[in-house]
This record gives sequence, structure tokens and C-alpha cells, in this order.
Amino acid sequence: MNLTMLMYLIPSLIMFACGVYGFITRKNLIAILISLELMLNSVDLNFVIFNRFLFPGQMEGMFFTLFAIGIAAAETALAIAIVINIFRSIKNIDVRKITKMKF
Amino acid sequence: MESIGNIILYFVVALIMALCSVLTVTTRKILRAATYLLFVLLGTAVVYFQLGYQFLGAVQIAVYAGGILVLFVFSILLTQRPGDPAAYLEAHRKFIGGFAALVGVALLAVALCTYPLIDGMSLTEALSQGTPDMAQIGKYLLSTEKFGYLLPFEAISVLLLACIIGGITIARHK
Repeated sequence: MNLTMLMYLIPSLIMFACGVYGFITRKNLIAILISLELMLNSVDLNFVIFNRFLFPGQMEGMFFTLFAIGIAAAETALAIAIVINIFRSIKNIDVRKITKMKF
Repeated sequence: MESIGNIILYFVVALIMALCSVLTVTTRKILRAATYLLFVLLGTAVVYFQLGYQFLGAVQIAVYAGGILVLFVFSILLTQRPGDPAAYLEAHRKFIGGFAALVGVALLAVALCTYPLIDGMSLTEALSQGTPDMAQIGKYLLSTEKFGYLLPFEAISVLLLACIIGGITIARHK
């Protein structure tokens, strides 16, 4: 039995679909961020898989994932700062209750 | 032909990743969602190791599992009582989410199964073409020649500085 590219892409596909589902259904801002992380992670995984199975001699996919991880970290840190700030001003992080941007 | 250990490792990790990502978005307790996300991220790191990208796996564990997850847990503890379960979802929202996810899975699965590039080489074959070592990665990261990554490297350092300043400005007490 061979481990092929398709077999690695399937868990990544499931991860991405779960991220989409969570992004649409969740109401809590942090839960939405967690779903977003799932999607980002599955895309990173895809870059690495394509790099390994289609262009095994090169490293472009790996570097792209490396930079994507760095940018994802920056984005999450800022998003959480915003979430905590929202919580401080209206004592809630439910997306249904956040109706104005001014704080 | 793969070694039997590789195959077992693949199935264990794929199962854990698929299961934990489903649990991440379906559990009603937010702290549990963060914990399941941790398992998904660690599973991803194992896949990186298995595919021969040791440095990337280490970065994944250090940045994602060590940094971002801790941020999530802190913000959960700061913003709500972690034992409280989320309210039940309305039926129509669940339907919309499930529909979007299932249509996405179906379309992508069809695309995956019909795309000609997919039935390429096996893992052993791909790994035999060489895996990047640390010296090579460092050289490429700081090189300005072809396949060099100095510019994005510097750009990301500026981005991280902006992120630090932005985080301080946003979260500071007025």
C-alpha cells in the first residue's frame, strides 16, 4: 500500500470544511477565530503536501507555509487584542450583540 | 512500498486530525474547542515531520501549539466563564453551515478525484528526492539570489513590529 498525495489531502479537506461550518454557525468571537485557525492550518498543510509530492526537490511550499504561520500568529494576536477590547467596552463577545463599531 | 510504521502513523494522525477538527466546531464548551484545536495543530506538526520538513514541524509546534493556543486560552479565561456551554444553535443556521461545508467537501472531492496530477509518486519516492536541512533553509531565508527569501523575511519582521505596536495600542487602558 502506498501513501499518496490524495490520502494526505483528505484530512486537510475535512479540516477546511469544519472551519467553514464553525465560521458560519458560531456566535462567540473567539470560537469564530478558532474556526479561522482551522481553515488557515488546512491551507498551510496543503502547501506542504503539494510541495512534497509534486516538486520534492524544491522548498517553495515550505517557505510559503513558514511565512503564513508567522502572519497567522500576528493576525491572531491583533484579533485577540480587539476581542478583549470589545469585551472591556460592552462586557460581551457575542456577535449578535455587537452592533456598532464605535467604542 | 511504504514501511508499515509510516502507514500506521498516517492513519492514526489522519483519524485524530479529522475527528478533532469536527469536535472543535461542534463542542459547546469553548475551552474544549481550544483543546481539540491543539490536537489538530499537533497532528499537523506530525504530518510535517512525516513529510520530511522537520524545521516546519518545530515551527508549527512552537508558534501554533505554544503561542497561539496559549493566547486563545488566555482570552477565553479573560472574557467568559469557561464552564458555561454555548447556547444551542438555531436550526436554520446549522443547516446553512452544514450545507456550505458539505457542498464545499463534495466539490473539492470531485476536483481531487478527477485532477490528473493527483496520482503521482508515493511518499517514499518523494522523500528519496531529498529533504531540506537546516543549513539550506537558513541560506535561502537570507539570500537575495534566485529562490532567496530575504525580502519577505524582512517584510514579516516589519509586520511583527507593527503587530506589537498595534496590540499595545488596541489593548491599552484609556
